[in-house]
Amino acid sequence: AMEERRYRSASGAPIALQCRQHSACCRELAVRCPRLQLRSLSAATSAVWLVAYGLSALSENSMVLSAAMFIVLIGLIVYLHFVKVDQESLLVIGSLGIQVTSSYASGKESTTFIEMGQVKDVVINEAIHMQKVIYYLCILLQDPGDPQGVSEVVPLFQSSKPRLDCLIEVYKSCQEILEQRKTAPQSS
Amino acid sequence: MVLKVFFPSCCSSAESGILIGRWISEQNSAVVLAMVHFPFIPVQVKQCLSEVQRVTKVSVSVLGSWSNSKQEKEESLSEFFEDLGMIFSHELWIQITKEGDSKFWSCSTLQKHSNNSKEEEIILVYYDQRKVMLSHLHPPLDTASSTENKADDASKLAAIFDTVAKSKVLFMIDRYDDGPIKLTHWQSDGVEASVIVELLKQASVPACMLLTFLLSLVSGICRSRVLKFWPLSFLWSKLSTCEQLGHRLQHLQVISSNKKAQNHTQLMRKANIFVSLLIDVALGILLMSWLYRQNRIGQLADTLIPGADHVAEELQDLLQWLMGAPAGLKMNRALDQVLGRFFLYHIHLWISYIHLMSPFIEMILWYVGLSACLGLTVALCILSDIIVLLTFHIYCFYVYGARLYCMKIYSLSSLWRLFRGKKWNVLRQRVDSCSYDLDQLFVGTLLFTILLFLLPTTALYYLVFTLLRLLVVIVQGLIHLLVDLIDSLPLYSIVLRLCRSYRLAAGVKFRVLEQQEGKPLRLLMQINPLSYHSVVQTYRLPTYSCYPKDSWTSLCRKLFLGELIYPWKHKGEKQD
Repeated sequence: AMEERRYRSASGAPIALQCRQHSACCRELAVRCPRLQLRSLSAATSAVWLVAYGLSALSENSMVLSAAMFIVLIGLIVYLHFVKVDQESLLVIGSLGIQVTSSYASGKESTTFIEMGQVKDVVINEAIHMQKVIYYLCILLQDPGDPQGVSEVVPLFQSSKPRLDCLIEVYKSCQEILEQRKTAPQSS
Repeated sequence: MVLKVFFPSCCSSAESGILIGRWISEQNSAVVLAMVHFPFIPVQVKQCLSEVQRVTKVSVSVLGSWSNSKQEKEESLSEFFEDLGMIFSHELWIQITKEGDSKFWSCSTLQKHSNNSKEEEIILVYYDQRKVMLSHLHPPLDTASSTENKADDASKLAAIFDTVAKSKVLFMIDRYDDGPIKLTHWQSDGVEASVIVELLKQASVPACMLLTFLLSLVSGICRSRVLKFWPLSFLWSKLSTCEQLGHRLQHLQVISSNKKAQNHTQLMRKANIFVSLLIDVALGILLMSWLYRQNRIGQLADTLIPGADHVAEELQDLLQWLMGAPAGLKMNRALDQVLGRFFLYHIHLWISYIHLMSPFIEMILWYVGLSACLGLTVALCILSDIIVLLTFHIYCFYVYGARLYCMKIYSLSSLWRLFRGKKWNVLRQRVDSCSYDLDQLFVGTLLFTILLFLLPTTALYYLVFTLLRLLVVIVQGLIHLLVDLIDSLPLYSIVLRLCRSYRLAAGVKFRVLEQQEGKPLRLLMQINPLSYHSVVQTYRLPTYSCYPKDSWTSLCRKLFLGELIYPWKHKGEKQD
């Protein structure tokens, strides 16, 4: 079963949340970030190239223009491969773990899997980001030595920064599956 | 709780049989290692399994049954399987059925000793057996240091990787063998081996023995008493080439040792050292072939003497400038002339020394260049040592200027305290008031005034020579940085991460496959490789680190007070 809903990110851009239930103990939640706009991309590159053309015409050296083109190409590739996030998804598998995936615009996917034994809880936290207070979802990892302690906080959906209404949906979905591990009896 | 069955993807098309593997009860998961096909005798299967258990220390047992039916004849088979379940003692009997070529299998469990028919959810996780067996799971870097509770907290995934890796013995029995048991596992697609690798393994044993013998000879010579006399040992400690050679000798000893690598880390370290040495020597030979072609050595020697002359002339011009009115500052004429003439005489000595050496330079360079075949790092160290030798006069000037300046600063501060009527109490390490006699005060004030007005001249000379010295130090530092980089870069690990990324695992990732209503959840477990940054950090070779130990503030303080700075002082022990 799959459903998609539209929300807004913390900065006002439109994002979409996709919920998929694969089975009773497995759920996938994906947040799609706004796509790269062709208008802004071509505006930025044309501006840089115009400036470089002006400089090379002034200094009568064509190296400036070719260097600028090279830099813009490399910068674009680096931006698409390392910076621009297309989709961030959360795969919660009861009694196995939680998997966090970020897909970049160039197709690269970076995945982290956290085992269920290490997950203490999934909570919504507040943070002060520049001049505003934003909410973010995070996974609390268990401290192996101290049963009440938290060893690490893993923030989720950092590029898309959804607002509280979207986060509450994700939080409820996660908690339904996390509760199963408390109510299920331990096997002998 | 949810039951997890880890199924090797290579067994998906195997014939019907029974599943053998390991049952991990704390995690409620079953790791299937192989399949035994019909016909088999249960007693022989049990014998074989206990044998495997004894050798590998992994508790292998019969987990359940697998039926791959091309036609509709499962009814009799399912009863047959249930009877089998009675023979093999296992709490939970797992039955997996595949119909025809369908992707969606049905999986059911049979609890033997309890009658509650609670429907457990089953998750079927496919894994690539060969990749999991060969890969090494790296714990996160921060938890690797804490060694307590390691056994209790062994992550679930580590248990699975461990199980598959340790069951290598099981994988040696194949279904094409003539033994009593026919198994299917990842080797069933065809036993793999490489002829080249086997040949290399055979050839490496005598090669190692020869290398060990040669190394013992060399280290015996190095340790002999002849080389330990004072001038020679002082020289060896100052030259960075000897240190680099010693470092490489140690590496060779590690590689040529007869003991097999105990664990993964040692194996990777040996491999990294071997590849690093190979690349180093290859680059060195390349450099040598480039140098000796077209008489480049002669050209180098021809430019060296005029180059040194040019540097000396520039220094003379600089000193003449300082002796005049440098940058419009008015120096104290007498002190200026004294210092300037002193340094000019030194330069004159230096130039004559260089001219004395000039006929022999080419020959020396030729023989020294031959040592580049020992490796590029050795060649770079020799270059750094040559720079040190050629700029020795700059170092001398710096030491003279610094000592003069330092002495002046200390006497000034002491006389300033006298000026105010205070004294440094050595016993209590603090400044105390003191009553001086009138003539003490008079002489002290006179000396203070003289030294104060002579300070700009000395300070200027000190500044100029310190800048020159810092320039040489920076060049030396860059060369050493490059040598360090070549020494410590784990090339084998990086290439392994590039080509066989499943060998270095940071974790796993799951992919949800197509689902069907009523059938168990299907997941594909893939290996998540380690990032390049973590690879370099984990497998870095230890080197003699020569990064500056002083922070910027202490460096500035030392410069201000005139203390001698040696930012690239080599430490005695290795740094990881």
